[in-house]
Amino acid sequence: MEKRKERIDRGIKARSEDIFALSSYREMLYLLVPRAIPVVGLLFLAPFLSPYWREIFISTSVYALLAISWDLLISAGLVSLGQSLFYGIGSYVAGSLNHYYSLPPILTIPIATVAGGIICTIVLLPVLRLRGIYFAMVTLVVPLMFSRLVEATRILGGTEGLTGLTPFPSPWVSLYVIEIAVLVTLFGFRRLMGSDWGLIVKGINDNDRSVMSAGLNIHWYKAQVVFLGASVGCFAGAFGTHLDMFAGMPGFALDYSIMPIAAAVVGGAGSFAGPLLGAFILVPLSEILRSLGALRIVFYGMFLVIFVVGLPEGIFRFLQRKYHQFERWVEVS
Amino acid sequence: MRVEDLSKSFGGVLAVDGVSFELPSGQLLGIIGPNGSGKTTLVNLITGFIKPDRGRVIYSGKDITGWPPYKIVTLGIARTFQMVKPFYQLPAYKNLIIPLCSPRVKAMAGGKYGERDAVALDLLEEVGFERDSYVSYKVASSLPQGYLKRLELAKAIALRPDLIILDELFSGLSLAEVASIVPIIEKLRFQGKTMIMIEHRLKELFRIADRVMVLNYGQKIAEGSAKEVMESEEVKNAYLGSEE
Repeated sequence: MEKRKERIDRGIKARSEDIFALSSYREMLYLLVPRAIPVVGLLFLAPFLSPYWREIFISTSVYALLAISWDLLISAGLVSLGQSLFYGIGSYVAGSLNHYYSLPPILTIPIATVAGGIICTIVLLPVLRLRGIYFAMVTLVVPLMFSRLVEATRILGGTEGLTGLTPFPSPWVSLYVIEIAVLVTLFGFRRLMGSDWGLIVKGINDNDRSVMSAGLNIHWYKAQVVFLGASVGCFAGAFGTHLDMFAGMPGFALDYSIMPIAAAVVGGAGSFAGPLLGAFILVPLSEILRSLGALRIVFYGMFLVIFVVGLPEGIFRFLQRKYHQFERWVEVS
Repeated sequence: MRVEDLSKSFGGVLAVDGVSFELPSGQLLGIIGPNGSGKTTLVNLITGFIKPDRGRVIYSGKDITGWPPYKIVTLGIARTFQMVKPFYQLPAYKNLIIPLCSPRVKAMAGGKYGERDAVALDLLEEVGFERDSYVSYKVASSLPQGYLKRLELAKAIALRPDLIILDELFSGLSLAEVASIVPIIEKLRFQGKTMIMIEHRLKELFRIADRVMVLNYGQKIAEGSAKEVMESEEVKNAYLGSEE
């Protein structure tokens, strides 16, 4: 009996990327497994971690949300160097609602998500017609302006910030709130980008004049993208604020801008799963390297360079490619 | 459509200088002229990609001067680009989904997510993509120039326009490819579409155009039937250089 090797996905993909022809449980499993990994990983891994690592797990998820939000913006060709704007605004909206009006987290977080998204979109509206590096420069400056504004005018607690905010009832609540948010965002954004709306957004990145001559208002679509991205970032900020029981200027810190970009680049932009994977590699790595003291940044930087040079497509794209190349032995009749 | 005294200068250069013309519906107007004579700028002014310094564009009774491009499309004016502008990352047929999502097409045809794919494949067949060949599913960046030009045309037709402006559709194509696209344009005319064609291929243009307008240094120097235009002294000077 003769045998030959054949790719597992042979017969699954019919002609184009988003049309699948499934004919057996094995083929369904082939598609299901990679999608189940983040669900199982995020929801069922945490109980086995020590309380210390569980906290790292949560803060990693916050960065993952910011990275996924960055990835949405980049798919419309908007390079954001200021994810901290979203984090900071979300954090201050939730913080002040809780501090001044005593609203509980169950209200402040949804309000901050929507209202923060609207505020950020309005702030970025005048620069939406800019592309590439010009948009990037503005996004870098805006969060710095906000933090100096708070410092100079001493509103919202000034440099002290707003302290003593309502915490989550238990660590488990905070854990599952953020993990479910990450999953909803991940699969929601992937679904969205697969729709006709996503096609238009990709088109804007590819060739905005062509989208204009197709009778579509590109600024309206860009505003929608910024609103969605900003809302996710503001959710992260509002969540982080109740987690730390503090809202303040550090919300606008550069960490929240740089880490998501690094995560997206290491994980592979344009897939949403890549930035998630990137965050779950980089944030824990930075924690592990903490014992090295001052040398931490050196090693961390080296890891970053190795990843970027070795796998410029990103870890996710690399794994995806390898997964599609799995072969099995089949009988030749 | 009527264009009145349209002008635009870039820095000190008058790209389009007081151009006026009228285009009754159902006619095909050819615009010719040497390189840099302002043909593409004129198209950009009509379609809203550039705002004019002076003059007016009137389409079906509405003054559309200075309107943003997407609104002008909604009225039924579609254009192609001289330098093809496909969505390189997307498969050829997905390129057409974007115009099919425009408010104009949605209002006219309805159609839901998924159904549009079938419409897109039909449109590609209309412009000469072989039915059921793999070409329609290939990523646009891997298509040869001839197919990209057809795709560009299909993107304009997808908008169900009344007026189609074709900016040098034939440039960069072989004679055989041009010969295969001409019947598509003749079919569009038969359907009653008004058209403006900017062309350097005079032979093919003169065969299908009702009227021809000649631009030089941004000014209209002649207008009329193909024969009249080619006999005009000024046109000969513009193309071949004057005696002095």
